[in-house]
Amino acid sequence: MKVLRQPVIRGARFFLAHAPGLVCHGSKPSRDIVCEAGVESAIRGALRPWEPARDYAPNQVLIGARHPDALWDLPRPWSESSPPGDRRGPHGEIAPEEELYGLLKIGDRFDLVQLEAGFAEAAREALARHPLVVKRDLEALGPGVPEARIEERLAGPAPAAPLQLRSGRRIGCIAAGHETDLTLAPDVLLENLAAKMTAAMALRALLAGEAIDPGSVDYVIGSGEEAVGDRYQRGGGNLAKAVAEEAGCLGATGVDVKGFCCGPLHALAIAGSLVAAGVFARIAVIGGCALAKLGMKYQGHLRHGQPVLEDMLVGVALLVEGDDGRSPRLRLDAIGRHRVSAGSSQKAIFESLVRDPLRALGWGFRDVDKYATELHNPELTEPSGSGDVPQLNYRMIGGLAALAREIVPADIPAFTRTHGLPGFSPTQGHIASAIPFLGHALDGLRDGRYRRTLFLAKGSLFLGRMTQLADGISVVVERND
Amino acid sequence: MLKGKKVIALGERDGIQAGAIAACARAAGAEIVLEKTYCFV
Repeated sequence: MKVLRQPVIRGARFFLAHAPGLVCHGSKPSRDIVCEAGVESAIRGALRPWEPARDYAPNQVLIGARHPDALWDLPRPWSESSPPGDRRGPHGEIAPEEELYGLLKIGDRFDLVQLEAGFAEAAREALARHPLVVKRDLEALGPGVPEARIEERLAGPAPAAPLQLRSGRRIGCIAAGHETDLTLAPDVLLENLAAKMTAAMALRALLAGEAIDPGSVDYVIGSGEEAVGDRYQRGGGNLAKAVAEEAGCLGATGVDVKGFCCGPLHALAIAGSLVAAGVFARIAVIGGCALAKLGMKYQGHLRHGQPVLEDMLVGVALLVEGDDGRSPRLRLDAIGRHRVSAGSSQKAIFESLVRDPLRALGWGFRDVDKYATELHNPELTEPSGSGDVPQLNYRMIGGLAALAREIVPADIPAFTRTHGLPGFSPTQGHIASAIPFLGHALDGLRDGRYRRTLFLAKGSLFLGRMTQLADGISVVVERND
Repeated sequence: MLKGKKVIALGERDGIQAGAIAACARAAGAEIVLEKTYCFV
């Protein structure tokens, strides 16, 4: 395959927002709250304060303040062993919930969000100190409204949902976009607005961190899973363009790429191809948060006396452009793909996504320094019986290496430790699929610790009830020699 | 062992998918009454 212009990945940033007050808006908690008395109070009683959420070692890894390998030897539970951490790291930041609510209002172009005046003032003071929030944002935040106005909105006639802090204090509400359109219901718009602003903040941070003029971004590709649209075009999309607008990318257009958890890697492959073909020179791949997944496994956490740890929203932004001679290269000649005919067994998926691209490049399994797969934090999944998802995947890669006789079966544990990673991502859907490692990979590929990395993601297409198929895609990112 | 039994096959995306469980159970003589794969993350 002849590549016209070699694409590189210049940077990656994550925006984490601590959202304990929104946990009850998560899909699982909100459904259970309706059915069972006492669920809401049990959840509210187990929500983490800001400091432990900020310090939580997996979150510190995601913002680049610690390397993932540091988690191997950190005693579990990490919710008890994490040392103090900063809210900002080289790959992103963690924002408290007060700032998140302020950002939701800033990104609200349809007067859907109403914040109580006293809270709006407090949010303004906090956001005025934020390096990525500008005067125009603070004007959009507005002065807020009296408490009585929020009462009125919640009383109807259009549906509205209350917005609360972790403490239970109601600080505002979000209204429906239409009286009867379920695709514009308050909770749907809350999800979409949160996705928009977490992605926009990640993109702002990426561009500021790389000293890039936002106006120079040509194209933004959205890779999240949220359906943006109304009743006549549910999932119509292009959240990407809304994010571009919020990040000041006034010269860009955009589009969304949908692929369940595979979305970001499909988007990376498309972005690299568009750069290689010369269609666009500088492309941002973005993904907003998955608010529906807040508190998804709260039952397991409560059963084990843990805090409800799924209280974090995450947005991501990646930058793809032409070869600058320094940034790690995105290999377009080794895109692993899960074909329709491949079958959905784990072995078939991993052969498609790992073995086949390695063979195409003439590499062995040990020629890749680090594999990034589903990187869900096991502390979030194990209490509910879902196991350690990353390690399940790494054992499969190790097993394929043994089947290929490149290692002996007894070496599989050592292989998975050396070439794998501990899980550290919040259960945020597409966000957790491989890309949480991208910031660390870019660092390691630049400073010589790594030569080759492989990112793979799997998508649960069967959840949409249109096919029994799964999906998968992988990309190789390597040092720029 | 499964001959004449009815089986519900619940699979997991990151583990064994329902189709594989169902195929094994069917081969052992079971009748599959429900076959679903879930994603737990």
